[in-house]
Amino acid sequence: MIRVVLPLHLRRLARVDGEITLVVDGPVTQRSVLDALEARYPMLRGTVRDHVTLKRRPLVRFFACREDLSHEPPDAPLPEAVASGAEPFLIVGAVAGG
Amino acid sequence: MTAVRVLVGTKKGAFILTADGKRNDWQVSGPHFAGWEIYHVKGSPADPNRIFASQTLGWFGQIIQRSDDGGRTWHTPGSAPEELTDPATGFPRGESNKFVYDTSPETGRPLTTHQHYDGTQRPWEFKRVWHLEPSPTDPDLVYAGVEDAALFRSTDGGRTWQELAGLRGHESGPQWMPGAGGMCLHTIVLDRQDPERMFVAISAAGSFRTEDGGRTWRPINRGLKSQFIPDPEAQVGHCVHRIAMHPSRPNVLFMQKHWDVMRSDDGGDTWYEVSGDLPSDFGFPIDVHAHEPETIYVVPIKSDSEHYPPEGKLRVYRSRTGGHEWEPLTEGLPQRDCYVNVLRDAMAVDSLDPCGIYFGTTGGQVYASANGGDSWRPIVRDLPSVLSVEVQTLP
Repeated sequence: MIRVVLPLHLRRLARVDGEITLVVDGPVTQRSVLDALEARYPMLRGTVRDHVTLKRRPLVRFFACREDLSHEPPDAPLPEAVASGAEPFLIVGAVAGG
Repeated sequence: MTAVRVLVGTKKGAFILTADGKRNDWQVSGPHFAGWEIYHVKGSPADPNRIFASQTLGWFGQIIQRSDDGGRTWHTPGSAPEELTDPATGFPRGESNKFVYDTSPETGRPLTTHQHYDGTQRPWEFKRVWHLEPSPTDPDLVYAGVEDAALFRSTDGGRTWQELAGLRGHESGPQWMPGAGGMCLHTIVLDRQDPERMFVAISAAGSFRTEDGGRTWRPINRGLKSQFIPDPEAQVGHCVHRIAMHPSRPNVLFMQKHWDVMRSDDGGDTWYEVSGDLPSDFGFPIDVHAHEPETIYVVPIKSDSEHYPPEGKLRVYRSRTGGHEWEPLTEGLPQRDCYVNVLRDAMAVDSLDPCGIYFGTTGGQVYASANGGDSWRPIVRDLPSVLSVEVQTLP
């Protein structure tokens, strides 16, 4: 099971509380995790990555294991601790404003 | 017993204000979609329990919300459990926020570019939905005006959207340029007597009309004069802020332009100025009395550089003569130290008798008049900055 933490606005949109868990078949990558997320919560499609290009939205960041993975290739394996469920995959709204 | 439901979009959520037909005691529900910018909330005239909302945020993009029970509960169309599987593809739908410009050779146009502030050409890029216009007869049919300027249509209650690409494909498209608020299609006016005929307005391109259901469009800006463009009387480039029409007279249009209040008696073919004795002819909203097609309302704003009322006095101006002659409506409105704005989608009328008029301010007040504008009172005072106000008159 992959653990995913969503930002507040997306938790409300998906109507979930706290951390969610996803089943990912095959390699655990940003793409496979987001595919599983959007399949389970279709209302999130287009909110984390673009509907068509599937690129990460500019003010969304991906963190895990104290690392910023936002600029990693979408098919790069996520850390083993994420794949094993020991650590969550964090989807974060970038801090912006004054 | 009649009732009124006022749908308010703000910078930090949506609010629903309800009262009975006397319009004295108001209940406030919300915030719905707390923390999101709600550009517009509008109910279906064909099914008042169906309400559409445009929810947007810089971080997470566009969301379309729909209620089928008068605003008590909401969902993103196509993501309810029974709707999750598309038999054709096996994938979840959940595409109610998918606004993709039509580039198909059969129905669309090549993805063209538009003029940008710096003189370069930029490709169209979807940003948000400014305005939702439900059909007067079909609860599943709804139009969306978006930024960058284009018109989309949903025929399945907002589950999926298709662009009416003939508008963006008009030969003038490459000349369109953003206004200060972005290049947005913010106004959609449907002709209730002819479903093939509709009007849209774009900042800062101008107004356009279709008579074939949105396949082809023509600019309708003759008579507009805008000093901020090289040719003040150009075919396109005008910053139209709002168009209003009384449903009984689809050829009579009223327009609040960036500067100037305008009128057309021929469906937009020609326009003439009716600003008359207004203290300022700059402003954003304009609306028409529900029962008196020659009675119109505007909120003069000092200037495009100073977006607040002249002299710090919040005044709605009413013309009972279709323009030219205006009277200030001040009773119940702040007449000193008031420096709010009233945005283009933030005024609406109910259809009770006497007609109710409503508007919201960037200071978070929603004012209502239950007597055609003679007197006003705030029905809520301290909301986030108001982006839009719509009204439903319920049986």
